[in-house]
Amino acid sequence: MKMLVPYVTAGVTENWTDLLRAAVDAGADAIEVGLPFSDPTMDGPVIQQASYRALCRGVHATGILDEVSRLDLGVPLIAFAYTNLVLHRGAGTFCAALRDAGVTGLIAPDLPIDEAGPVSLAAEQHGVDVVLLASPSTPARRRAEIAKRSQRFVYAVSVMAPTGEQASLRSSGRELVTSLKQHTDLPVLLGFGISGAEQAAAACAYADGVVVGSAIMRRVLDGAAPAEIGALLAGIRRAVDG
Amino acid sequence: MRAESRRPAGLGRFGEYGGRFVPESLVPACDEVERAFTEAWADPVFRAELDHLLSVYVGRPTPLTPAMRLSAELGINLLLKREDLTHTGSHKINNVLGQALLARRMGKRRLIAETGAGQHGVATATAGALLGLDVTVFMGERDIERQQLNVFRMKMLGAEVIPVTAGSRTLKDATSEAFRYWVTVVDDSYYCLGSALGPHPYPWMVRELQRVIGDEARAQCAAPDFVVACVGGGSNAAGTFAGFLDTGARLVGVEAAGGAAISAGSTGVLHGFRSKVLQDEHGQIVEAHSISAGLDYPGVGPEHAYLAETGRATYVTADDAEVVAATHRLARSEGILCALESAHAVAWVLRAAADGTIPQGSTVVLTVSGRGDKDMATLMELS
Ligand SMILES: Cc1ncc(COP(=O)(O)O)c(C=O)c1O
Repeated sequence: MKMLVPYVTAGVTENWTDLLRAAVDAGADAIEVGLPFSDPTMDGPVIQQASYRALCRGVHATGILDEVSRLDLGVPLIAFAYTNLVLHRGAGTFCAALRDAGVTGLIAPDLPIDEAGPVSLAAEQHGVDVVLLASPSTPARRRAEIAKRSQRFVYAVSVMAPTGEQASLRSSGRELVTSLKQHTDLPVLLGFGISGAEQAAAACAYADGVVVGSAIMRRVLDGAAPAEIGALLAGIRRAVDG
Repeated sequence: MRAESRRPAGLGRFGEYGGRFVPESLVPACDEVERAFTEAWADPVFRAELDHLLSVYVGRPTPLTPAMRLSAELGINLLLKREDLTHTGSHKINNVLGQALLARRMGKRRLIAETGAGQHGVATATAGALLGLDVTVFMGERDIERQQLNVFRMKMLGAEVIPVTAGSRTLKDATSEAFRYWVTVVDDSYYCLGSALGPHPYPWMVRELQRVIGDEARAQCAAPDFVVACVGGGSNAAGTFAGFLDTGARLVGVEAAGGAAISAGSTGVLHGFRSKVLQDEHGQIVEAHSISAGLDYPGVGPEHAYLAETGRATYVTADDAEVVAATHRLARSEGILCALESAHAVAWVLRAAADGTIPQGSTVVLTVSGRGDKDMATLMELS
């Protein structure tokens, strides 16, 4: 079974949690909940815009986690949080808050393994898994270490670019996934740039699943209802299941 | 030999500050810059080429000018380190020439830069033209409006200026965009960061490239009692202080009241480093507000957070009104029209000499980080 992990910027709309529900109904295996940050240096225009819109609505991590804790979605939730949000009140406090809200994974896109020690420790103490990213530029030895230290799955960044849809899949993603799989039995998921069902299916020829973010958030920004996002994800689900 | 590298420990640690908080995609690029700079800085040929350019192109050493009339009025001995007299008119050129030479040595063909006031952008465009490298500058839309003259200067020098429309449309957003862009072109492009901040090795490297200010000043005067510089990201101050760290001089950094990361911020991570940043109670970075675009940055270089914590340097603030008044006073009494950024340092010295914080008879070295031409439109609007 291939994994489908959609990304949703928390708080982007009033009814953003309906997007999570739609994703689950469409067959998502886990969901990345993006905590909006003022300076998302890893994100392209779509997720920047979504984050900005969420922040303009006045949302913040505490409120988001409060909303999340009242949901019962039946799939794991993984927080996507820039390091400043993680460290702001201390990594321990942050991870405890994640856990209390039922969020059991953490991705910090600007926290490379060299700096991740204290956060990993805090996460472990509070039962939160830290998912690590590897990139096409990551040298071989580092790829091995990332693959070993990552939990739940390994996140392969498909292109040398911030988040955002790409016109086509690059060979860099395939090469990265293949090399990561030599070092781990965890699933290796391909993310960044997956723009639809066709690319997701192609990626799943070598990857164990895909993360889809900007393709969802672009539509949400354009006013798509949760049902439309559900339909998009159901299409991707069918495509990756072949 | 004095502190050739005084290199921060580990991944660029200044106490608990510094580090390298970048996306995995940029880690190898930062490693590459670190390796290249470490080698180059220890290479006499590289140092000689840089020194030569600093001399014949930039016009170094810059003078240490006694501020005669102001000294007499204030009852102190005020010495001005004249970075405003460098080619392109600010200290930014010291850093940029070093990094541009490094980029060329690394085989890169393009420089990427962020800019606020435009001084760093102009300096980078200049170095690009000098060394035959392409230059792409990211600049917030709001700063483009405020700094038309520098935008045009950059274009004259052959640089491409890309407006940044995200977020607050100022320096912090331009910096984020420069990082995003760098990811896509790392193979042939070098990110020429403009201040003593960012991921390791930048804070260390930029301080080393700017220490020429402090090293020269130290050789140009007898032991001063105070050494004063304005602090945006902190490069002119870091370079100035570097020359006096092991002396008895009191080091004073002057932040803009509306952008005082050390005086009003708290510990956070922004643009690849941990330091003091302006943020709200939820950890969202807040905008800085200053009349000087060059100090409109919500963070500060990690070495300054460390120097503040250890007490080796003191950080104070100056507000827009006293900065404008200080600009006028320096212009009228010394015939030096300094940049609004630099005027923060002047403003504090005026205040501190008046209230006795700087005792009568003290010798004060003040870095005039740049000249005021770029600020004439702002000042005209006010008068
Ligand atoms: C003339 C001048 N002084 C000071 C600064 C502030 O930078 P830093 O604190 O890095 O010296 C700038 C930045 O643009 C500047 O143009």
